[in-house]
Amino acid sequence: MVMMNRGAVYEVLPGPEGILPPAATVMGVCLPEEGEGLLHGRIVSEEEAMRSAAIAMLTRRNPTLFPGPLMLWGWTEHTRDKSAPFFEVAREIPGVRIIPMPDYRPIYPKIDPEAVINPCHPNLTIWHNKIEACVLIGVHCHFANVTLKIIRGGTNCFTIALCAEAGHEDAMSSVPNVGAEKIARFAEILRLVKKEGVKPLYAGQGIIPSGWAQVASLGGSAGGQNGAFVDNGLSHHGLSHDLEHGLDENEE
Amino acid sequence: MSLETIRVAPGFKEYLPREYQDLVDDGPFGRERKVSEVGSFKEAVEEHPMCAGCAMTLFIRTAIVALPSLENTVIIGTAGCGRLVLSQTAVPFIYGNYGDTNAVASGLKRGLAIRFKDKPKDVVVMAGDGGLADIGFSAVMHSWFRKERFTTVMLDNEVYGNTGGQESGMTQRGAILKMAPLGKKFEKMDMMGLAKTAGVAYIARVVPTNATRVANTIRKAVLIAREVGPTYVQAYTSCNIEYAIPTPKVMDDARMIEQQRYGFSEYFTDEAKSYWEHYERERRQVKGPDGESED
Repeated sequence: MVMMNRGAVYEVLPGPEGILPPAATVMGVCLPEEGEGLLHGRIVSEEEAMRSAAIAMLTRRNPTLFPGPLMLWGWTEHTRDKSAPFFEVAREIPGVRIIPMPDYRPIYPKIDPEAVINPCHPNLTIWHNKIEACVLIGVHCHFANVTLKIIRGGTNCFTIALCAEAGHEDAMSSVPNVGAEKIARFAEILRLVKKEGVKPLYAGQGIIPSGWAQVASLGGSAGGQNGAFVDNGLSHHGLSHDLEHGLDENEE
Repeated sequence: MSLETIRVAPGFKEYLPREYQDLVDDGPFGRERKVSEVGSFKEAVEEHPMCAGCAMTLFIRTAIVALPSLENTVIIGTAGCGRLVLSQTAVPFIYGNYGDTNAVASGLKRGLAIRFKDKPKDVVVMAGDGGLADIGFSAVMHSWFRKERFTTVMLDNEVYGNTGGQESGMTQRGAILKMAPLGKKFEKMDMMGLAKTAGVAYIARVVPTNATRVANTIRKAVLIAREVGPTYVQAYTSCNIEYAIPTPKVMDDARMIEQQRYGFSEYFTDEAKSYWEHYERERRQVKGPDGESED
């Protein structure tokens, strides 16, 4: 790996990294092989990458799934097969929202950040909904790369890329070659980490449809609605705790 | 790029934004739509950031309705106002570099013909006068000389509207613009004549004062390009900002220009004429005498 100034290894952490963060690949982060995954830019086992992703989705604020066109549109058997395990994953994450990226058309002059995420300005959706953990799945790689970089540049969101191809260096956690089987495996790992004691931040809630009422109902209480925030060593990256402790002046 | 691509995967429909649900349920895909039906179905053109009163937007909106097989069409544009609408429309869109639209379209059309042998895929270049007559002139002419089977639509606002009002080759002689304060010193380029010289199969000049005429012209151009050879539509789409046309007067200006120097005209090669007559005959047999045209 490329060594940074003062000998530090480059880590892909939740941002905000600032405008124009370096592409992780330029900083020496390599793509994982089959059976491996990426966690914060390090190659780890697929299992470890998925576990960290599962913990982030269960314990960070406003976890959200971003299904892309390769997930949303049933144009192949492969795509249609992934639907059932996708919703299995969604059901395992209490309080999860599903905000689609139906295509890559720019959306100007105004995006509805509660209803959609767009690769031209994904940060708007992350900011508006105060999303601190998200999964990109079924997004074509070149748009996923742009999206992940913008999110890392301007938000404190923990990004997870479940990629059908080679994986993504700019995600905090990424697994390659993800088909229906690996999505189902992710659901299994979500169940496993809960069984091991990780308490979901929004325990008891189901899939939350996006909308103003839901956003409002989620706001406010430090430590989550159930007071069940688990310090798992992941959320110290970024601003999650600062916001929890009252610096969130954007709170509605 | 087929009806398959607008089939929602199981379970996801309720999560799609409303406009996508409308596109799936009642969009322009899978059947031809008429201009007279506008307002009764979800159009492919979405919200856009074009200027209020822009005639180009009206033209593009009408042209998109007229495309004979939207789910089998790729549009290529380039820098300029038009792409602000086109890139947000529910049709595959390629943003070509300034000047290479017709080169990109040539390769794309040939590639699609190889990839989809049994299914016609339409390629339509829609770009401004700067993109086609000035910077893209070489690629446009050579695509015509090579008889590439796609449609070129010029959104002719007679100015570089997006960059502050420079004169283009299509600007009228004597026109004074913000960045051409002494007035243009040369004649407007005769792209219709050049198209004819290059052997373009169907050439039309149109102003968006009559929506059904615009629709029929575009449909004709795309279908002839599919079967015969290159087609060219030149549309007057005024820039009300750079030409200081008051918003409510945009269509008055269009009618005036149409009467003065931009009247509707079309030209067919013999082959295109024969194809089109055959096409119309067949269509009338299927749909009856009123089934063909919206005019």
